[in-house]
Amino acid sequence: MIQISNLGHKIGGTQILHDISTSFPKGKLTALIGPNGAGKSTLLRLVGRLEPLQQGAITVAGHDVARTPTADLARVMAILGQQTAVASRLRLCELVAFGRWPHHQGRPRPEDRTKVAQAIDAFALSKLKNRFLDEVSGGQAQRAHIAMAFAQDTEWLLLDEPLNNLDMAHARALMARLRDLVDRQGRSVGLVVHEINYAAAWADHVIAMKDGRIMAEGTPDDVLTEAVLSDLYDAPISVGRHKDRPLVLHHA
Amino acid sequence: MRRMPALLSALIALMLASLTVGAAHVDLRDIFSDDRAMLVLLESRLPRTVAVALTGAALSVAGVLIQALVRNRFVGPDTVGTAEGAALGLLGVTILFPASPLWVRMIAASLAAMVTTWLFLGVIRRLPAREVMLIPIAGLVLSGVLGSVVTFIGWQTDLMQYVGTWLLSGEFSGVIAGRYELLWVAAGAAGLAWFAADRFAILGLGEQVATGLGLSTASVMRLGLAVVSVVTAMVVTTVGMIPFVGLVVPNLVSRVMGDNLRASLPVVALSGAVLVLACDLVGRLVIYPYEVPAGMILGILGAALFLWLLHRRPAHG
Repeated sequence: MIQISNLGHKIGGTQILHDISTSFPKGKLTALIGPNGAGKSTLLRLVGRLEPLQQGAITVAGHDVARTPTADLARVMAILGQQTAVASRLRLCELVAFGRWPHHQGRPRPEDRTKVAQAIDAFALSKLKNRFLDEVSGGQAQRAHIAMAFAQDTEWLLLDEPLNNLDMAHARALMARLRDLVDRQGRSVGLVVHEINYAAAWADHVIAMKDGRIMAEGTPDDVLTEAVLSDLYDAPISVGRHKDRPLVLHHA
Repeated sequence: MRRMPALLSALIALMLASLTVGAAHVDLRDIFSDDRAMLVLLESRLPRTVAVALTGAALSVAGVLIQALVRNRFVGPDTVGTAEGAALGLLGVTILFPASPLWVRMIAASLAAMVTTWLFLGVIRRLPAREVMLIPIAGLVLSGVLGSVVTFIGWQTDLMQYVGTWLLSGEFSGVIAGRYELLWVAAGAAGLAWFAADRFAILGLGEQVATGLGLSTASVMRLGLAVVSVVTAMVVTTVGMIPFVGLVVPNLVSRVMGDNLRASLPVVALSGAVLVLACDLVGRLVIYPYEVPAGMILGILGAALFLWLLHRRPAHG
């Protein structure tokens, strides 16, 4: 479980998060939703120790994020922030292989090579694996980064807007892959998504945020309702059903 | 890899050529019967050849490291204020403790180089990340400012001749046995970097990815800073700054084989040695038996190579 208590955060004098206490359940797929600027990414980045903690406490599977050495945390959780332009010229297979680095510190074992091969395979990168990062499309580079986090093979996997740049087929493939990770391997996943229907279709647990506060949390059926969503986005939103899951529509 | 044997043969060929070229005629075939030839070889030609190769290799590796630290391809140890820092340190020691032994000067140069490089890293931290070209410009401005400080102090204290040998003309004609060995320290520092090659490669992916993989970015930065500074300080102390190597060689190698530094650093080192040896040889031959500084040849060739690189790859930083 990821336990977040009394978390506050300021960036340049502006309060981004207000006294947040919540948890990401173990063995579930948790989706963070909410309008732009709600603080979703900041929350995920704080959990993934990509930003220093200012106020409050976070534990990931019992490890205090503020005090546990970063190298140890890298074996408990993999985090992928939003991708910025990459200046590095690595081959995709080399990038994915770095996902195993927290486990072998430069001396890969056969098991590490297997995991890298599996990750390359799982994200359909076999044909691209010898291309350089600056020679593939944004979506392909994105998939390679996700494959790297996947190869890290940790109890927790945290992804900040992983669906950016991905077409519908690859987005669905990624969600199915994450689902499989949770259902069959007992891993836990947390991700920020913008397209709510991905949360509706695949998540176990949804946390809805607005203005640095948590508006609602619970199962997709509890959170993805017309009342909550219309309030969350300040826009009339209607919710139908499809295959026994909520279907969120913006053309009310 | 086919590149390593090719580069190694080129290096050996150039080293042999370097042993035979010079004002005094030396025939490698009869060095064992000719005492004078042996003396020239051991006291002058061999030290010079080794010094050139070590300088090229170490500066190129330092270039890779500084480029990984700032995540920008258009910088080198000669364009971010490191060399000027080393010169400032040397100047300080020369003025304050004129009789100080070599190791004191070496440490002073390294420490001052670290301070100015650290200053550069501090400056660029505040620059907007998307403006790729601001980083090299900031480096040029900083080295320009530091360079003028060095010149001013050198002028006031009548030490301009020293300043000239450190910063203006990187050349190897003064190298004899006993006066180049510091460069082994530079090579050692560069070699040390190879053991952390993965860490530098991961750092090159950005602080976010590096932290995610459990890398302590601050300690990798410190190691890189130390290596770049020590390499540059040793080169400045012994032969004077050699321009462009640390900028051009990392770019050329990255184009061909990418940034998997564990695989590419040896190639970078060899290519740097080959390039500087070739330039030194050209400099010794164009107005034989006189010499043109290797740094000047490199300035011309390096500028051409750099323009070609800019032209070939406009978009990627």
